[in-house]
Amino acid sequence: MKIGVFICHCGSNIAGTVDTAQVARTALEFPDVAFATDTMYACSEPGQEAIVQAIKDHGLDGVVVSSCTPLMHEPTFRRTVERAGLNRFMFEMANIREHVSWIGKDTEANTRKAAELTRMAVEKLRRNMPLFAKQFEVNKRVLVVGGGVAGIQAALDCADGGREVVLVERESTIGGKMAKLDKTFPTVDCSSCVLGPKMVDVAQHPKITVHALSEIEDVKGFVGNFEIAIRRKAAYVDWAKCTGCGLCMEKCPSRKSLDRFNEGVGTTTAINIPFPQAIPKKAVIDPAFCLKLTKDKCGVCAKICPTQAIDFKQQEALFTEQVGAVIAATGYDLFDISKYGEYGAGKLPDVITGLQYERLLSASGPTGGHVQRPSDGREPKTVVFVQCVGSRDKSVDRPYCSGFCCMYTAKQVILTRDHIPDSTSYVFYMDIRAPGKMYDEFTRRAMEEYGARYVRGRVAMIYPKGDKYVVRGADTLMGTQVEVEADLVVLAAGAEASQGAGKLAEKLRISYDKYGFFLESHPKLRPVETNTAGVYLAGSCQGPKDIPASVAQGSAAAAKVLALFSKDKLENDPMIAAVDIRRCVGCGKCIQVCPFKAIKEVDFRGEPKAEVIETVCQGCGLCTATCPQGAIQLAHFTDNQILAEVNALCLA
Amino acid sequence: MSTYAYYPGCSGLGTSREYDTSTRAVCRALGLTLADIPDWSCCGSTPAHTVDHTLSSALAARNLAQAEDLDASALITPCPSCLTNLKMAVHRMRDRDFRDRVNKLLDRPVRRDLPVKSVLQVLVEDVGPEELASRLPDKPLAGLKLAPYYGCIMNRPPEVMQFDDPEHPTAMDRLMLALGADVVPFPLKVECCGASFGVPRKDITARLSGKLLETAMDLGAHAMVTACPLCQMNLDLRQDQAASALGRKFQMPVFYYTQLMAVALRLPQNVIGLNKLCVSPHIAFAAMRKARAEAGRRDPSFSEEVA
Amino acid sequence: MDVIDIHASCDGDFIAAVEAESGQQIAECYQCGNCTAGCPFTFAFDIPVSQVMRLLQAGQKKRLLTCKSIWLCATCESCTTRCPNNIDVARIMDVLRHMARREGYASERGVKIFWDAFLDSVEKHGRSFELGILTTYIAKTGRFWPDMGLGPKILPKGKLGFRPHEIQGQKQIARIFDKFRQEQRS
Repeated sequence: MKIGVFICHCGSNIAGTVDTAQVARTALEFPDVAFATDTMYACSEPGQEAIVQAIKDHGLDGVVVSSCTPLMHEPTFRRTVERAGLNRFMFEMANIREHVSWIGKDTEANTRKAAELTRMAVEKLRRNMPLFAKQFEVNKRVLVVGGGVAGIQAALDCADGGREVVLVERESTIGGKMAKLDKTFPTVDCSSCVLGPKMVDVAQHPKITVHALSEIEDVKGFVGNFEIAIRRKAAYVDWAKCTGCGLCMEKCPSRKSLDRFNEGVGTTTAINIPFPQAIPKKAVIDPAFCLKLTKDKCGVCAKICPTQAIDFKQQEALFTEQVGAVIAATGYDLFDISKYGEYGAGKLPDVITGLQYERLLSASGPTGGHVQRPSDGREPKTVVFVQCVGSRDKSVDRPYCSGFCCMYTAKQVILTRDHIPDSTSYVFYMDIRAPGKMYDEFTRRAMEEYGARYVRGRVAMIYPKGDKYVVRGADTLMGTQVEVEADLVVLAAGAEASQGAGKLAEKLRISYDKYGFFLESHPKLRPVETNTAGVYLAGSCQGPKDIPASVAQGSAAAAKVLALFSKDKLENDPMIAAVDIRRCVGCGKCIQVCPFKAIKEVDFRGEPKAEVIETVCQGCGLCTATCPQGAIQLAHFTDNQILAEVNALCLA
Repeated sequence: MSTYAYYPGCSGLGTSREYDTSTRAVCRALGLTLADIPDWSCCGSTPAHTVDHTLSSALAARNLAQAEDLDASALITPCPSCLTNLKMAVHRMRDRDFRDRVNKLLDRPVRRDLPVKSVLQVLVEDVGPEELASRLPDKPLAGLKLAPYYGCIMNRPPEVMQFDDPEHPTAMDRLMLALGADVVPFPLKVECCGASFGVPRKDITARLSGKLLETAMDLGAHAMVTACPLCQMNLDLRQDQAASALGRKFQMPVFYYTQLMAVALRLPQNVIGLNKLCVSPHIAFAAMRKARAEAGRRDPSFSEEVA
Repeated sequence: MDVIDIHASCDGDFIAAVEAESGQQIAECYQCGNCTAGCPFTFAFDIPVSQVMRLLQAGQKKRLLTCKSIWLCATCESCTTRCPNNIDVARIMDVLRHMARREGYASERGVKIFWDAFLDSVEKHGRSFELGILTTYIAKTGRFWPDMGLGPKILPKGKLGFRPHEIQGQKQIARIFDKFRQEQRS
């Protein structure tokens, strides 16, 4: 075997504290090394050309580059050796920048260590084999999980790109949080006027299938070939027959049902269509409040439904969809304000969340757009807004900024003045976070033109006094304690990961942070990709986001999916596990530990043996570390290859 | 039921002796066995922890060591200030260095980790409002409207006190409801009354206690009920000072919760010590009787005569 | 108002000492003001507690050790319970008091005398003796008892003992104080 070794200067990044020429000279003494040199920037165009040329001139069989982290440039150099006619796996990389030059100043020691790491790479390369990818078909349908504005955007963009879309939504209608908003910042345009047409587009698009009231039950397969099991909850209404006429809602006697769409402000009927623009516009029965389902009485809806759509015996249904890619757009939930006992949150009727306040402001809300206190229907004259409730608060395990509360509070303050011109609004804030286009100007308008009184400080307690609430806070700019008697208190509840987000992530085999937000592949360069091929992210499931950012991510994820689907066939990664059937004793431990269900038991002449499903294996190596017989080997990371590296290091 | 090592606290021998006597009597009546900690000493109270935390914990910890001779399941005390010092000592002594420093000051080092609880916690958790209510089917305090005031340190900080809700505690509420009494939604349950500033800065105490009395009065309470000797003294003995600080007039009886339990359990008057209160409890009982009459209830068969 | 040289006047040793004695990290305070908002004593403070924290971050030792607020904190734990950054603010107030005592400051003399009188009583008898504490307080402040009006209310109740309750282990208590003072001197 003839090996070429290239020691990169990386400008002065490496050469500053590593004698690269010396490392190259040392490398020449390693077995099978036929050529070694140092080079200014191995990754640059001339640097890569020099590698190609050396392969040709010296008839090299493999190449080692000692430079930076393989995370960035291993793919680059693999392409380089491929250009010179070598198999891309006949290449090894030693990281002498992050692991050497950046962490030590002693040139002599650094030079020695760089040589040792290079020796490891050489010993590994001596045992490398050419590996070849297999090709497989791509199913060009995409699953979008979550029908909020991010999911809607992603679905429409994919569908407009000519791909079939399956949109799964947990609630009975798409629209998500945005459908509940009255107006949007900083333009104060009507939320449903903007979102409504998009929802209709989804409903009417020939390429989009919406499964509402449904959740992901299970995910099998891999990029290009996912099999998604979907559980559709019982609506107790046959949606094929339901025309959304709403007659059932008029007659339903159970009028004290929890109004989830209106965030519990006011009540609704046990059978209901959440709001007039719902998509699909179909009725659903809430089994917790339906008299027929709880007490076997009533059944009025069934009697009056013009299309006999009511079905009290309807069961949930399980079905599957085949797709080639998944976009997770499951959004966020509001922080549970009742964790703030000192605010009486959850106990005092007129201490409400920002989203509840949106419903009070909305013309389609329970009060018809008249701002009224939930307790007595009185119009509030003094409204206090409290920011950062469940944000930037370590004591409730929510240290992060929810990002959009400053802006929605400014909007609500402006709308409050519009609705009640003789009202006064107070906003308790810590910092105003308004880093978007026209955002800071918007918060200034709330103060300068709409007379909102911003108080810089947190609120310590809220308690009732007569029919008002005493809000006791601090004005840290005045350096004093302040009190204000409020008619209504609006808590800017922060965002947290959607309920069940962690479970979905596990089904999709993607990572999530300690708060349940999904992890992107790279925070800057791969913001809508995950570490699982074929699974993408859009919107607040990745972290709190406002509408423009969510829509942008919806489009970005769609672009990624369309790019993926532009190929008819995909190649698998050949670095996968393989079973040596002679050594395998059929203990099944590998099957238990495989997180991808990529190993199955097969019968080999009456004996159980493990077998790797090549297209499913992701090459994580758990099975190889687990196998007591050493019978499973991961290609490109075999025991022999790893031991050769260790030996090379110990030898030094 | 097991024995509790009982720590009365210094005020139990003086300004809050009616709290001590009614606590002992109620515990006995409900089947709890108390054994006084032999030769107990002052916990150090507020003054000690304002000087030094090791000194403060050493003064408290001497009592933990003294209690080790009793075969007790827990150390209990009626006074929240003593409770805080004792619990804080246990809490901080989980740190080895701190424990060593404390033990260095003591003739007899602390060896065991005896749980420390308030009498209130034991009454709520080991007896329970349900058991109490079942003993009092006639709801003897029905008609009495109470503002329950817990004081600032019975439940705070929650990491140390480990009992009830730090913002809206309900333990005393539940006991009072079990006696048949009404409980007003008192919002300042844990707001400080002015604590030990009564002597050097009575202006502070008057203003803070005044706010509590005012809120209780505006909510229509017949009386306040408390679990803290210092709070009780600030609200009861210093009620006139509070009234003049706020420019209002108060006549708000301030009971220890154990006194009301003793009244409802028909325990002897000498242990209840209603005559030790400054603002006459008659006012509250008269309001209660009036409310009962209006509701068509019979008069309760206890006597709350004040000597 | 004076201009403060925030670099030259910042006493880093002082910050480090407060952090060591309180076990709290001062930089964790982001000045939301929640402690001031909830503090029942803000009206009586010369420096609200959130500004005590700010001055601490700025290492303003003298301002802090000579202020009244640190003597008027009742350790009611509102600040500690509600701090969004889990800072034990009440403990920091306590530590500042400890330091003020050690450096000989007492901006609320009456408060210090009262607490000292209490501890003297405990050292002497093993338990606190209420009437004795009052007598010491009156003697040391030279003030006639400002609460004379309360006398007629409380004396007939027979609650104020005229004699201290001596305990057998009184000497053990005295030794706690002795050893503590020795430790402080060393």
